[in-house]
Amino acid sequence: MWRQDGRLYGGSGPGSALGLARSVLRLNAINKYYQVGSHRLHVLRDVDAEIEDGELVSIMGASGSGKSTLLNILGILDRYDGGEYWLGDTLVRDLSETQAARYRNRFIGFVFQSFNLLPFKTALENVALPLYYQGVSRRARNRTAMQYLERVGLAEWAEHRPNELSGGQKQRVAIARALIGKPKIILADEPTGALDSATSLQIMDLLGEIHASGMTVIVVTHEAEIAARTQRVIRLRDGKIEAAA
Amino acid sequence: MFSADRWYEVLSTLGRNPLRSILTALAIAWGIFMLVLLLGMGRGLRNGTEKAFADDAANSVWIFGGSTSQPHAGLPVNRRIVFDNGAYDALRGVDGVDKLTGRFFARGAMWGNELQTRVGAKVSSFDVRSVHPDHQHLEKTIVVAGRFLNDRDLAEKRKVTVIGEPVAEFLWGHTDVIGQTLAISGVSFTVVGVFTDEGDAGELRKLYIPITTAQLAFNGADRVNMLMFTVGDKGVGETAALVEEVKALLAERERFHPADPQAARIRNNLEQYATFQEIFWILELIIGGLGALALVAGIVGVSNIMIVAVNERTREIGVRKALGATPTTIVGTILQESLFLTTVAGYLGLVAGVALLEVVSSLVPASEYFANPQVDLQVALIANGVLIAAGAVAGFFPALTAARLSPVVAMREGA
Repeated sequence: MWRQDGRLYGGSGPGSALGLARSVLRLNAINKYYQVGSHRLHVLRDVDAEIEDGELVSIMGASGSGKSTLLNILGILDRYDGGEYWLGDTLVRDLSETQAARYRNRFIGFVFQSFNLLPFKTALENVALPLYYQGVSRRARNRTAMQYLERVGLAEWAEHRPNELSGGQKQRVAIARALIGKPKIILADEPTGALDSATSLQIMDLLGEIHASGMTVIVVTHEAEIAARTQRVIRLRDGKIEAAA
Repeated sequence: MFSADRWYEVLSTLGRNPLRSILTALAIAWGIFMLVLLLGMGRGLRNGTEKAFADDAANSVWIFGGSTSQPHAGLPVNRRIVFDNGAYDALRGVDGVDKLTGRFFARGAMWGNELQTRVGAKVSSFDVRSVHPDHQHLEKTIVVAGRFLNDRDLAEKRKVTVIGEPVAEFLWGHTDVIGQTLAISGVSFTVVGVFTDEGDAGELRKLYIPITTAQLAFNGADRVNMLMFTVGDKGVGETAALVEEVKALLAERERFHPADPQAARIRNNLEQYATFQEIFWILELIIGGLGALALVAGIVGVSNIMIVAVNERTREIGVRKALGATPTTIVGTILQESLFLTTVAGYLGLVAGVALLEVVSSLVPASEYFANPQVDLQVALIANGVLIAAGAVAGFFPALTAARLSPVVAMREGA
């Protein structure tokens, strides 16, 4: 099931020890603390994880398990206090705000539970936004955005604003937006949390298709049903990896 | 920063809440409008007063004879002091006295000194000033035809006169009157010059004649009722010292106590001018300060609205950051919004203010108190610069807050 392209992993980055398998994401003993008043909360305890290129993985855990924290670290939205986070052959650690923003833009496509589309922009403009921050011209990024909208089946909705779309359509737009920057990984945070079960399945099918096309997809969820549709489940409990199935 | 794409983002953001954008712009425009208006009015007041001063040399000292209020050298009080040609000659010798003239009052007083002036059937009373040639510099008399009085006129006690344009107009109906003859209190004088003056019209309804001629013709012996001199480019302090020196000299000559305040009444125009300048400087400062406060109110308004706008957009900013907007981009975009708004609004306020001043300037006639309300280009440019800086400040702090937002926290907001 791992994608084995037969090419040896070059350089001294992580994954070279694994030989042929190429990890797109690797966590080495990640620790994270939160200072709450005088207490120091140990949120993530020596989290080790490795996700191969092209995997479809889910991260599960109850609330308070450190799931959200881990997601934020993976999404370069938050810092960690100890360990190493390798994204491809890039060590993501102690980044400036600007660097973090660039890495997010280049490496990560986000899909959120609440879609997080900009309400005053059309579906097309929403999809094109990551390219704006890459400095792509308006015409070029709108053309690309149209292709991605076609891919999620919403070409005819391009000029509509989010409030004119259904929940499922909004999430499709969000997925198109996550894909447009050609990221290394898609990070989906409870992508079906705000959707009914029929639409949820459609969205999971879409994520499955995206995975099938070779993209690495990480789904954070608390629903076993959703997790069951992924290849591998990473379970978190009390800030520790419980089991890798 | 100035890419077309960025402008598209900025304008579309401003256009999302047009009413708010317009109100913000209005606050700034109003601030700059008030600033321009107040500064212009302040300048108008100052111009008016300076015009009043423009008539006389500002660096001049006038001395009138008075009455003694202190006994001195065995002489009683209430003794009338009248200077004479000797006093004039004595002042001539004082170092620091630049242009010097005496005035002889044919009727003994400075005012009510009009003498009957006649050309044929045309008769009127005009103020006749009996002076030395230097008087031209003290009163800033501008000779438009012929010449002013000269030393030979005085030495030979010639019966010549230099007359104001309105006087010529009245007597002859035109101003081409050099060589014409007129009669002052029955004494014939030849017109050698016609003058104008920067001061008000009253300064023009006058005739100048040599003081020596006047003393002879109007029974003046060698009396000089008033002495006037300029002090060159001396400062206020030096002038005060010179005035003391002159006063001591006159006290010696006329035998009054040097500290007697009534014996010689002295008007130091430089001191007055300096005082006026100070008053107007302070006035302009106050007015400018008020204008600046109006502007500050506008800036605070813009800042406030920008903060509200940024708060409203917390979530949007979080999303943008998650998608790869750098802090620089966030700050840049918000700053650009703020700068655009303040610059455009400020410019409109500036134009409106200047336009109103122009209207006021054309409707209100120049007077002694108010003339040519205006804002110089420099002030306008400074105001514009202040405005742009203000726009930057107004936008900067909200922008910084926005840039520091954690995307996670930002996106959770209202989720």
